Amino acid sequence: MAKSIQAKINDILLRVPEGTTILEAAKSVQIKIPTLCKHADLPPSASCGICIVRVKGSNKMLRACCTPLEENMEITTHDPEIVSIRRSVLELILSNHPNDCLICGRNNNCELQKLVADFGISEEYFPKIKRDLPKDDSTKAIVLEPEKCILCGRCIYVCQDMQDVWALSFLQRGIKTRFSPAGDIQLSESPCIKCGQCSAHCPTGAILEYYDTPKVWKALQDPDKYCVVQIAPAVRASIGEAFGYPGKNFTGKLYALLRRLGFKAVFDTNFAADVTIMEEASELEQRLIKGTKPLPLITTCCPSWVDFMEKFHTDMIEHFSSCKSPHEILGVLSKTYYAQKNNIDPSKIVMVSIMPCTSKKYEITRSDEMHASGFQDVDIVLTTRELAGMIKQAGIDFTNLPDEESDTILGEYAGAGTIFGATGGVMEAAVRTANYFITGKELSKVDVEAVRGLDKVKEAEVDIGGKKIRVAVAHGMANVEYVLNKVREAKKAGKETPYHFIEVMACPGGCIGGGGQPYMVTDEVRMMRAKVLYEDDKAKQVRCSHQNPYVKRLYKEFLEKPLSEKSEKLLHTTYKGVPIYRR
Amino acid sequence: MDKKIIYIKDTSFALDRTKDVHAILLNGLRDRGMQDSVQAVRVADIGAYNQGVVVKVLPDTTYYGVKDEDLGRILDAVKQGTVVKELAARKEPRQLRIVLRNCGVIDPESIEEYMANEGYQAIKKVLFDLKTQDNTIDEMKKSGLRGRGGAGYPTWMKWNFAKKMASDQKYVICNGDEGDPGAYMDRSVLEGDPHSVVEGMMIAGFSVGASVGYFYIRAEYPLAVERIQKAIDQCYANGLLGKNILGSDFNFDLEIRLGAGAFVCGEETALIASIEGKRGAPHPRPPYPSVKGLWDKPTVINNVETLANVAYIINRGGDAFAKVGTQTSKGTKVFALTGKVKNSGLVEVPMGTTIREIVFDIGGGVYKNKNIKAVQTGGPSGGVIPKDFLDTPVDYENLQKLGSIMGSGGMIVMDEDDCMVDIARFYQRFCFDESCGKCSPCRIGTAQMLGFLSKIAEGRGEIGDLDNLRRIAQSMQRAALCGLGQTAPNPVISTLRYYEDEYRVHILDKKCPSKKCRDLLSYKIIPEKCKKCGLCFMNCEAKAITGNKDDGYIIDMNKCVRCGRCFEVCKFKAVGKE
Repeated sequence: MAKSIQAKINDILLRVPEGTTILEAAKSVQIKIPTLCKHADLPPSASCGICIVRVKGSNKMLRACCTPLEENMEITTHDPEIVSIRRSVLELILSNHPNDCLICGRNNNCELQKLVADFGISEEYFPKIKRDLPKDDSTKAIVLEPEKCILCGRCIYVCQDMQDVWALSFLQRGIKTRFSPAGDIQLSESPCIKCGQCSAHCPTGAILEYYDTPKVWKALQDPDKYCVVQIAPAVRASIGEAFGYPGKNFTGKLYALLRRLGFKAVFDTNFAADVTIMEEASELEQRLIKGTKPLPLITTCCPSWVDFMEKFHTDMIEHFSSCKSPHEILGVLSKTYYAQKNNIDPSKIVMVSIMPCTSKKYEITRSDEMHASGFQDVDIVLTTRELAGMIKQAGIDFTNLPDEESDTILGEYAGAGTIFGATGGVMEAAVRTANYFITGKELSKVDVEAVRGLDKVKEAEVDIGGKKIRVAVAHGMANVEYVLNKVREAKKAGKETPYHFIEVMACPGGCIGGGGQPYMVTDEVRMMRAKVLYEDDKAKQVRCSHQNPYVKRLYKEFLEKPLSEKSEKLLHTTYKGVPIYRR
Repeated sequence: MDKKIIYIKDTSFALDRTKDVHAILLNGLRDRGMQDSVQAVRVADIGAYNQGVVVKVLPDTTYYGVKDEDLGRILDAVKQGTVVKELAARKEPRQLRIVLRNCGVIDPESIEEYMANEGYQAIKKVLFDLKTQDNTIDEMKKSGLRGRGGAGYPTWMKWNFAKKMASDQKYVICNGDEGDPGAYMDRSVLEGDPHSVVEGMMIAGFSVGASVGYFYIRAEYPLAVERIQKAIDQCYANGLLGKNILGSDFNFDLEIRLGAGAFVCGEETALIASIEGKRGAPHPRPPYPSVKGLWDKPTVINNVETLANVAYIINRGGDAFAKVGTQTSKGTKVFALTGKVKNSGLVEVPMGTTIREIVFDIGGGVYKNKNIKAVQTGGPSGGVIPKDFLDTPVDYENLQKLGSIMGSGGMIVMDEDDCMVDIARFYQRFCFDESCGKCSPCRIGTAQMLGFLSKIAEGRGEIGDLDNLRRIAQSMQRAALCGLGQTAPNPVISTLRYYEDEYRVHILDKKCPSKKCRDLLSYKIIPEKCKKCGLCFMNCEAKAITGNKDDGYIIDMNKCVRCGRCFEVCKFKAVGKE
């Protein structure tokens, strides 16, 4: 156990473990030191200078966010001088910020705006120092507005250290310092994988998702269009946060809401997740039993991960499942299977995906294979945050809506489909079905607890028909290198593969921690969202994808069997290395 | 060393004739048959600038502004072992050379000459007499040596912290990223006595238990880099670096890393980031580098001048060193004496010497015998010390009390022509340019302060601007992340403290009392003095002067761009400036 130390904050005597920062220690005695650049999910960058506190015996002020409390320290967190300095620093920041809050994507949801309101600043005190920096929306997934940046450095940390992408960096210095794609190129030219973690951590409107909401309104108004919608697993677990109900499952209310918004059919990506498992588990079975392709098999549900692999780990292409991501599968099925069954002209269908993700915005036009139905399979992607905004625009009392059901035949899901949203979920779902495919028997206990939770890399051995299957789960791009290198080393040494099956999600925590999810994510929030999904799974009667009656029906009526010629054409894709980014 | 040595360098700003003068000297030597007994060496730095040709006859005679025709007389004097009294600069009795003990005395590229002057005796003493880290650090403690980089932190404490850390690897770094405008003592030591710094590094390395040391030298000092590299190579060749140094079990390696010209990289955490190959931006402290530094290992960073003291302290003993200086500040300090002073150059004086002694006794007084107004110390982090405080003995505490700092040792003499708003603006621009941009108080604060100062200097100032300057300064001092930002307001604060009146005149009367701030100047022709020659008219490129040789001339201030050309060309002082 860590040594504990004793100190005083505002004359309150307290005892905390050694290494606790002044900020955390103050919190433990109900003192809230204001912060701006600090995000609870990230290590301190110590850039803004708002959280300064006074230490007795020193004429310097210290940053509470990054200074550990020391034995017998006497801290003052608030006095007239400290408050006035904080105010001056805020005013300096405002003098270098556009302050056009009313027309900003973060209006009413901005950390700077909130702090300014807390300090009661009502005029621009210092002369404006304008920055003339262009907006970059080249990716059509993430929009950079460097003029609004306060240089907290969160996005840089996220991009470089958390995600190992190194697309964003600081450029120039002094007052000209700005964040930008490294090399001052367009974001679309950069190694950016569109994971959107930068946008989820940005305190202001400097990084936002590409705003697609108007396109959805337009489609809904068009009498000629047949608008259908799907919701991703992770959305149901997080949308409540935007309305003051964190940790609640909003599946039924989301269905009702989307119907009221005017969608003609409300589907669930969870159904397609079940289909993904049918295909992917079959691929695993083939590789394991028939040895058609090398092991390990690696999941590809995450478009950011696919992009990352195509840029940096092209030697792993042969290990990639060829299966598309679930929302693409649902897209193509809606414009083929569903359209045929219901006699709808697929050219009129507009498929909208509500995703926890910014990368899906990029994925829908990633390659020709995203037009497998003959049309663009998914037309528009909205993030969870955009949907929250849309609900407010529509004037619907979302949280008090009655629960409704999804629309058949692309809506019903097994428990396996819903846990796709949490790290390890795809692995767990695949194990449940792969076991059945290989042994022909159902599991007595379907929970695979070893792959749950937020450990950076989770390794486990599962017993399938007497054979030990070694699996690994990585989330957060910086953690994937470890797993891939183990595979590479074994390959080089001519040894047996260290894993049979690997799941990778770009965002920490998986999709529940996605780049399009509500702001202020921390590991606690991720755990809370994951819990919603695992409870959803537990409450389901059918918990394995292959048991989902509608999945069975899909294969019977339309696809024949997993990996059939039709499945391959509609549900699978190919990958191409982009060696220019090779490290 | 039977040979007599003469160093020469042309320090003129305009044209460097060192090569020509050197040739004349060589001829002169040959003519006198002295070519074998006297060696004339061209040096890159001679501790002075803009003093014309400087000739230094070792050990202690220096001639400034030497004309070609004087060279013969100097050589004759060298031959006779005398001095040409009317040409030689006054001896500098108040200087005490510890840091610069070898500079200009030995050949910096010769390890033998360094060894002949107590060189590498200190590391021997450490390895075989003092034997332990504690004994060595104890000697440093007795000496009372404090960091010469600016903050004045006791060197032994820094070493002791790092020594106490348990770690498989520790580092020592020599901070040679000297960046204060006008300061060049570190460069002179690195160029003139590289081995003393190398030896200081070895002793520091031994004391803290580091096996690797880095020289971080700014790339703008190519000769320093070359000489340190040569010194390192010579040490390897002589068994002074590498494994089992001098047969002991002490292993130590040295490497050079180049700085790329960012002032902030002299800040220790930014310097570490730079060596690690990252953007040169500071990190919050704690953890201090002595706990978690280069590549997260305990690291000691010392300034060049600090390290140059170390071997001397070990050789002579900490107690002997501590006899020099004041109660709290021991030893000597090298100042780069510049500005409006007759003899500018590097001076090394015992701590406690008064500013007056430095400026008047050593520097020879104010240039053109004008009235001294103030002395600026500490560079962009420092402040101005008005003439009323010239008798203050220089040490860390006294300078701080006056609102300035020791800094790295820049000392700029200002006379009545220097405007304090202009000085503050100059330093603020420097900090504005050099802010790394990481923390908002410094990034935006320097820009806003520069904005207000420019406004005042350009005649647009309002009286409330002074409060704004003070408010921003306070928030930077308290909330900026690193030393650069915390001290960047000092020049403004100190000029406001002593010369607020001058600011007020700029703001309220729109006048610059020192006639320095261009936008506040106005020119007019004084008819009583004007001879109607038309020279001002012909030289005015802005066509602001009208008139003719019969009626005389007048200046239209609306058209005038205040270039000052008319004022300069008028031979009859008929152009008035105010």
